[in-house]
Amino acid sequence: MSEALGIEREQGLHLWRQMLRVRRMEEASAELYTKSKIRGFLHLYIGQEAGGVGVLEQLEPGDAVVATYREHGHALLRGISARSIMAEMFGKQAGCSRGRGGSMHLFDAAARFYGGNAIVGGHLPLAVGLGLADRLQGRKQITCCFFGEGAVAEGEFHESLNLARLWRLPVLFVCENNLYAMGTALARSEAQVDLCRKAASYDLHAQAVDGMDVLAVAAAARACVDRVRSGEPVFLEVKTYRFRPHSMFDPELYRDREEVERWKERDPLVTFPERLEQAGLLEPGDRERLEAEVASEVADAVAFAEAAEFEPVSDLCRFVYAEGAPE
Amino acid sequence: MATMTLIQAITDALASEMRLNDDIVVLGEDVGRNGGVFRATDGLQTEFGEDRVMDTPLCESGIIGAAVGMALYGLRPVPEIQFLDFIYPAFDQIVSEVAKMRYRSGGQYTTPMVIRTPYGGGIKGGHYHSQSTEVYFTHTAGLKVVIPSTPYDAKGLLLSCLRQDDPVLFLEPKAIYRKAKGEVPEEDYTVPLGEAAVRREGSDITLVCWGAMLPVCMEAAKRADDDGISCEVIDLRTLVPLDETTLLESVKKTGRMIVVHEAQRTSGFGGELIAIVAEKALEYLEAPVKRVTGFDTPFPYTLEDVYMPDPDRVLRAILETSRYVS
Repeated sequence: MSEALGIEREQGLHLWRQMLRVRRMEEASAELYTKSKIRGFLHLYIGQEAGGVGVLEQLEPGDAVVATYREHGHALLRGISARSIMAEMFGKQAGCSRGRGGSMHLFDAAARFYGGNAIVGGHLPLAVGLGLADRLQGRKQITCCFFGEGAVAEGEFHESLNLARLWRLPVLFVCENNLYAMGTALARSEAQVDLCRKAASYDLHAQAVDGMDVLAVAAAARACVDRVRSGEPVFLEVKTYRFRPHSMFDPELYRDREEVERWKERDPLVTFPERLEQAGLLEPGDRERLEAEVASEVADAVAFAEAAEFEPVSDLCRFVYAEGAPE
Repeated sequence: MATMTLIQAITDALASEMRLNDDIVVLGEDVGRNGGVFRATDGLQTEFGEDRVMDTPLCESGIIGAAVGMALYGLRPVPEIQFLDFIYPAFDQIVSEVAKMRYRSGGQYTTPMVIRTPYGGGIKGGHYHSQSTEVYFTHTAGLKVVIPSTPYDAKGLLLSCLRQDDPVLFLEPKAIYRKAKGEVPEEDYTVPLGEAAVRREGSDITLVCWGAMLPVCMEAAKRADDDGISCEVIDLRTLVPLDETTLLESVKKTGRMIVVHEAQRTSGFGGELIAIVAEKALEYLEAPVKRVTGFDTPFPYTLEDVYMPDPDRVLRAILETSRYVS
């Protein structure tokens, strides 16, 4: 137990491992993209891992998660296997959406993972409906909805916060503010850049947290989740930064190298192990062991995706309507 | 059997199915305390309570989006949009989320819901209370589009919609909400989706219509009788799924076809029907097909009666088509 950090060695290693799993899977995805194994669009979570880990660690197994198109990490952290995620990104039938969704549309009913949503802001009302279904059917579960700060400009953000508060729904709205909606800085798109003020105007609890500090996110998220479980929506802003371009097609004309380098100094995959080390929670060989375990998981996932099959042409028209319905 | 108006049949269908299925939740603007803008949900909140008949703010995207989440997790939402003309803030939810959830999740998730909305002209509603834009939705795979034209069908089709697992846009022809009256069984029955009704048998010309155009076509067909022209009138009832068989059999029999719809002509559903006939029954045609439709303009206020197909316009088309000799 570290007094300074307030965690046990095992907790510390677990949080580090979770962030590392996301980082290494994302790095592998980027490489596979350059080899055209993953096609289309690919939005990496690299740099933002502390947010997803800190929040998702607080959820119970039955809780629902609704995420954006930058959701590979969230899916992995929610217990969807790296194999199934990687196969989905390859577009293979063994993927968590049968290869139909690709990188931006990861779904998994068993994990109550509701995407992978590529329309910015479009999934916020969906989270409201999940929360409403829980309330009306007397379930004690909550819904956790991730979105970027770009979604705050969409009308659905406002409709959703209003409905969630009006109907007192158990929804945690997690705004991962990485400062740029693709290439547009927050200050260039919002008259009010204090997102908590915006959210609080719907009369719900809103707070911000340093998204590069996994322990800070975990503590804030735990408090927020407790409030949500008591039956009220909460808005949590995770102040974070993505180290990679928006997608693989982004020339990054909107920010300079120095800014990126400055944020990289706060890379949670660097700073968190350092803090664990300083707190005396690490033992020799920890890093090597973790890296080896994670590398093996990623390599296994890639091999699985490579070996999997594409959906047969005969399936093109499946799942448009209920099976057996007239075409 | 009771005599009901079309809107009463809808209320009756909702109430009777809500008694059978606790998962059905009606939601929308003014559907609860006020019983709906046209009173289609009158009395439901009193009987079923505020948790099953929910008044919402004016936020169509939020209403449909919330319905998506509800449908994903065990409920059968029946959102009402006050007018089809007001549906566009929810267009993204309908075409991107509602229609595609099953497909993009590889069949893991479904969004069974019935989106009810009054549509069409005939009540001097002007630009934004009158339009017939059903093709925006027939053009979206994953949705079903259902349009009743009689009280019997309104109840039977709505019950069918509530008992199947695909999302439906249920378009209610508001012009005949109260004009259409008929016998409606009190007991349970359904009208299957994807089956057109032959409202009138005939041998010379096939008239194809739906919704409030049914009485228009029936009147024109009656008048055509006086000229010795026998019209068959097909009420499609559901545009998606479409009953191609009934359409093609009729056209093969008569060799002449007129489509009547309120929507503007360009890219109207009539074009689709004619394409199907051209693909599958061209050699049976004895005259060029005709369309009697709205005009390619925004929906007019003062000139509504000119814009809307009426029996006179349909009759003119019938006479021209019947006189055509190749």
